[in-house]
Amino acid sequence: MTNRKLMKGNEAICYGAIAGRCDAFFGYPITPQNEIPELMSTLMPDNGHVCLQAESEVSAINMVYGAASTGKRAMTSSSSPGISLKQEGISYIAAAELPCVIVNVQRGGPGLGNTQAGQADYFQTVKGGGHGDYKVITLAPWSVQECYDFMPLAFDLADEYRGPVAILMDAIIGQMLEAVELHDNFEIVDRPKPWAVTGMRERDHNVVNSLWIDVNVMEEVNLRLQARYREAEKNEVRYAEYKVEDADMVFVAYGCSARVCRTVVDLAREEGIKLGLFRPVSLYPFPSNRIAQITKSGCSFMAVEMSCGQMVEDVRLAVNGASEVLFYGRTGGVVPTPTEILDYVKQVYDIAANPTS
Amino acid sequence: MKKVFERPKSLRQAEFTYCPGCIHSIIHRMVAETMDELDITNRTIGVCPVGCAVFMYEYMNCDMIEAAHGRAPAVATGVKRVLPDKFVWAYQGDGDLASIGTAEIIHAAARGEKISVVFINNTTYGMTGGQMAPTTLVGQRGSTCPAGRDPEHTGYPIRVSEMLATLDAPSYIARVTPTSPAGLVKTKKAIKRAFENQLAGKAFSMVEVLSNCPTHWRMTPIESFKWIDENMTPVFPLGVFVDR
Ligand SMILES: Cc1ncc(C[n+]2csc(CCOP(=O)(O)OP(=O)(O)O)c2C)c(N)n1
Ligand code: SF4
Repeated sequence: MTNRKLMKGNEAICYGAIAGRCDAFFGYPITPQNEIPELMSTLMPDNGHVCLQAESEVSAINMVYGAASTGKRAMTSSSSPGISLKQEGISYIAAAELPCVIVNVQRGGPGLGNTQAGQADYFQTVKGGGHGDYKVITLAPWSVQECYDFMPLAFDLADEYRGPVAILMDAIIGQMLEAVELHDNFEIVDRPKPWAVTGMRERDHNVVNSLWIDVNVMEEVNLRLQARYREAEKNEVRYAEYKVEDADMVFVAYGCSARVCRTVVDLAREEGIKLGLFRPVSLYPFPSNRIAQITKSGCSFMAVEMSCGQMVEDVRLAVNGASEVLFYGRTGGVVPTPTEILDYVKQVYDIAANPTS
Repeated sequence: MKKVFERPKSLRQAEFTYCPGCIHSIIHRMVAETMDELDITNRTIGVCPVGCAVFMYEYMNCDMIEAAHGRAPAVATGVKRVLPDKFVWAYQGDGDLASIGTAEIIHAAARGEKISVVFINNTTYGMTGGQMAPTTLVGQRGSTCPAGRDPEHTGYPIRVSEMLATLDAPSYIARVTPTSPAGLVKTKKAIKRAFENQLAGKAFSMVEVLSNCPTHWRMTPIESFKWIDENMTPVFPLGVFVDR
């Protein structure tokens, strides 16, 4: 059955959450994600689920912690400063091995910043963000369709890897209108959650906890988390490629930047400049192996981000000196135009494409 | 022979790690007894704080969640909202509830969350070494107010029960102390009342227990009970502030 609708990325997140059988949403207003708590406040109760506006992002993430402890599918959404506030809670959720989904519609920063699109929360999201050794599986949609599609996937990954999963967007992806197919081609796996606190009945008591006084036990917990991350790194790498095969230079970009870069690829090819686009879809786990493979074609890379250069560090690690890695970024809420990127490419292209000449 | 005293079923066979004479132990037992009496152990989810009661999940024989410092009311809200038929209590100290977690407790109360909160007010941060709390009395010494709390510098103690009693939603708010046999009975009754209200589908209830910290107060347990009666109750009057 097809059900095609025109909607914003933020709205598609809500329909995706319903499709992913989200049981509870806890949020707090912040632009540019307000459409999410607003739409959820009717969609969730209409579907018999819980939606509650918390008194702060701190409370919202701790409500998620409580709801997720019961084995229910719980989520929150926010934008950059609010996500900063959630970090302690996310660390607790990761340590207590609870599944949940966190949507970040990034804005310009640091500080209060502005409500325009940014991509400067990459480090915070994919490198941990809060205290301690943990990771957050991170998906970066570049279309309204992907906002919808990634929600059921995110809940599934959260259940499978028993940890928080982030959807990393930005103001443009969240607020642009596109057609989206509200399909139901999802496989939703009902995993048993014997660890959930639901009242003991016939079993021994369950405890959701992140305190381990014995350092050796705490180390074991850490190693268990790390083993799961290694599994995710094996199984959950996602990416997309556009005209990479014969490219002399390959953009690496995600989300909104990737859309701009796709336009640049087409413009450049009209002028005979062979560019390609590599789009990491999972930012953690990062598609490092595929990037390393691509280096064998002899191409160079240019990371394009709406930040001063964060993901580019992961590109450099993946390339590991095998090719040149350039960077182009705008920040503070500025979105680069295709022509400015193309101009920059032209400045550096000859050198990058023929590093020996 | 008739058994006259036994461990409540809602307490696990574990040793409390509290200092001798600490009221935390008494209140744990009362919470457990109340769960037994109301026969709710098997459908209870308890939320414990960061503070001396952090290990409460090892003592209570019900499902338990250990919350981040101050966030127990938000965690309890998350649980109760998705499992409205279960029984949910939170247990917090005064650093946890009245300092870092003021927003969480006020808003849980204001929303009328159907949870029951036990609030242990011992005027200090027991776990971290007896530092000044928002409830520390004027002139009372602590490791971060060695000359005594100076109101010019750090203001006055917060009366949480009175503050929450200004809200429309809560169904029961009381302040008690178990320093006397009569006080013990009243404390137990208050906890039971708070729990019964939730079972009756009523909104938020909280019992504030004036408690001690003989270790950081540098007193014997008996001296500490006397100190509560003589110094705390004038600032934190006992009584029922909301009952509806
Ligand atoms: C975010 C955060 N800040 C500070 C601490 C350190 N800390 C642990 S317990 C505690 C105070 C507990 O005092 P109280 O709530 O009065 O309980 P008591 O120990 O007296 O029973 C503090 C500040 C922490 N664990 N987390
Ligand atoms: S430090 Fe104080 S509050 Fe903590 S267990 Fe000891 S006496 Fe009780």
